[in-house]
Amino acid sequence: MNGSFAVYYREMVILKRKIFKQIASMAVSPLLYLAAFGFAMGRDFDMDGMTYMQFLVPGLVAMASMTQAFSIASEINISRFYWHIFEEFQSAPLANVQYVIGEVAAAITRALLAVSVIMVLALCFGVTLSINLYFVGAIVINAALFGSVAVICAMLVKSHADQSLVTSFIITPMAFLGGTFFPLDRMPGAVQAILKLLPLTHAAKAIRTSAHGGVPPLFSYALLLVLFGVFFSIAIICVNKARN
Amino acid sequence: MINQSMIKISNLHKRFGKVHALRGVNLNIGEGELFAYLGPNGSGKTTTIRILTSLTNPTEGEAFLNGYSVLKQRLDAKMQCGVVAQHINLDNELTVEENLSIHGMLFGMGKKDRAKAIDEFLEYVDLADRKKTLIKQLSGGLKRRVMIARALMHRPKIVFLDEPTVGLDPSIRRKIWSFIKKAQNDGATILLTTHYIEEAEFLADRVAFLDTGSIVVIDSPQNLMDRMGAWALDTMNNGDISTEYFKSREQAEASAKGRQYTGFTVRRVNLEDAFIAQTGKKTIGEAAPAKSPHGGAHSSGHGHGGHGSHQKGGH
Ligand SMILES: Nc1ncnc2c1ncn2[C@@H]1O[C@H](COP(=O)(O)OP(=O)(O)OP(=O)(O)O)[C@@H](O)[C@H]1O
Ligand SMILES: [Mg+2]
Repeated sequence: MNGSFAVYYREMVILKRKIFKQIASMAVSPLLYLAAFGFAMGRDFDMDGMTYMQFLVPGLVAMASMTQAFSIASEINISRFYWHIFEEFQSAPLANVQYVIGEVAAAITRALLAVSVIMVLALCFGVTLSINLYFVGAIVINAALFGSVAVICAMLVKSHADQSLVTSFIITPMAFLGGTFFPLDRMPGAVQAILKLLPLTHAAKAIRTSAHGGVPPLFSYALLLVLFGVFFSIAIICVNKARN
Repeated sequence: MINQSMIKISNLHKRFGKVHALRGVNLNIGEGELFAYLGPNGSGKTTTIRILTSLTNPTEGEAFLNGYSVLKQRLDAKMQCGVVAQHINLDNELTVEENLSIHGMLFGMGKKDRAKAIDEFLEYVDLADRKKTLIKQLSGGLKRRVMIARALMHRPKIVFLDEPTVGLDPSIRRKIWSFIKKAQNDGATILLTTHYIEEAEFLADRVAFLDTGSIVVIDSPQNLMDRMGAWALDTMNNGDISTEYFKSREQAEASAKGRQYTGFTVRRVNLEDAFIAQTGKKTIGEAAPAKSPHGGAHSSGHGHGGHGSHQKGGH
């Protein structure tokens, strides 16, 4: 466990070193979305019985827990390709699984930080969310899932540029389509069926329901957990393969 | 010298696509030995160390560190070693102390142990006052010293040093040599790669000459030089330099007399002569910046070897 902690500790030192920049960058896009969509579409819209603002904030929470968790991929990349720090982990008596645990824990921490930033912003816009076990659980599982995906990505890509391709082609589309900005049932049936396969769709649903005091479908949690298990295992294999 | 085999390499092969980087390397390094691995650029020195430290897998063959298989008992094998890589691999955004502290954690050291080892080893490499400095604010030579402190702080039984003094000025190189010697005196087994032939000559108990992925010869520096005869005569003819070897200086000088040349040097044989004779290569490669005209870095400041008399002659 000491080894995982070393990996986690390193990420935290880096996070702490630029904490103000981090918080500012975590705040920028939610603030824009809240201002642009929230204010503009504001009070008149009724979405599944809530104001658009109440609908949007949990969506932003889901989105941030994904993007912030995934952002550790670029941290890993920088340390791997620029500072060659990954070698230090590879040559230390650190099991592959310990490495992945450390990075995923860092991903969860980042996600929780970003979510806290959003909740504070939302408060300024008059939206309060209920913080309960379902809510935090969904965020943590979602972050763990995308933290694992981030490790996989960081191990597979050959450069920093490849990394941003993954972000543009997978993460950003999912961030917009995964039930974050609008309810899925407004989409055509076929599209809906596809979007229901995205993990973020389920995370957004679980987070939104619990944030407003409801009990989310446990199926969403089960699905997220299974996907997390799959990606976590693949991540371990990829770390091992990165040896060549 | 060889009590027990601390590093054992058998039939190691490594292919990178078409490049056959290691072609059946066999090596046994005993406990407490300081072993130098010499070879020109691309001969496979780094590849060997990368395999031994689990950064890459061999295509074929096996290696053992203190009896632990690098492939089958990876974590145990890695527990035995400290590594100083050929390139700088420190965390630039972190302080010296944070870099070392993370390393200590990776090797399972407790908080107190780490704090003590960090102080002790920063002292050891004369960096006690730089504990809180960010790595990016250090010069290349200081970074190397941090890397050496990091490689030693968990008191590994085996230390790999991949060109630890490359690009450093002579006074810092000397200093690093003393750290290396001290680590050996403290009981570590050391595998060192270098381009600086005098580094191997000065430090090593034994050397291996590596050439395009195969070991050509393994012996002590003294034995290798003794095989050559004690004195070398370099004669220059319109830019071509040829070297011959003699038992005594008188013989070398006598031979120089009755010949056609534009210049000659009589000097003590050094390890590079042995290297060139064994591998047929002109030089060990990207050697010391201060290269002497006959292509061998002069050995200096140590027990054997040393400068011969330099005479300029002409007809
Ligand atoms: N990752 C890699 N992919 C492809 N080829 C590689 C890789 N690493 C090393 N090689 C090749 O393997 C051979 C041995 O390289 P290696 O780095 O071990 O040499 P070296 O003896 O350390 O050289 P130098 O003195 O320059 O450090 C070279 O031909 C090199 O080009
Ligand atoms: Mg090398």
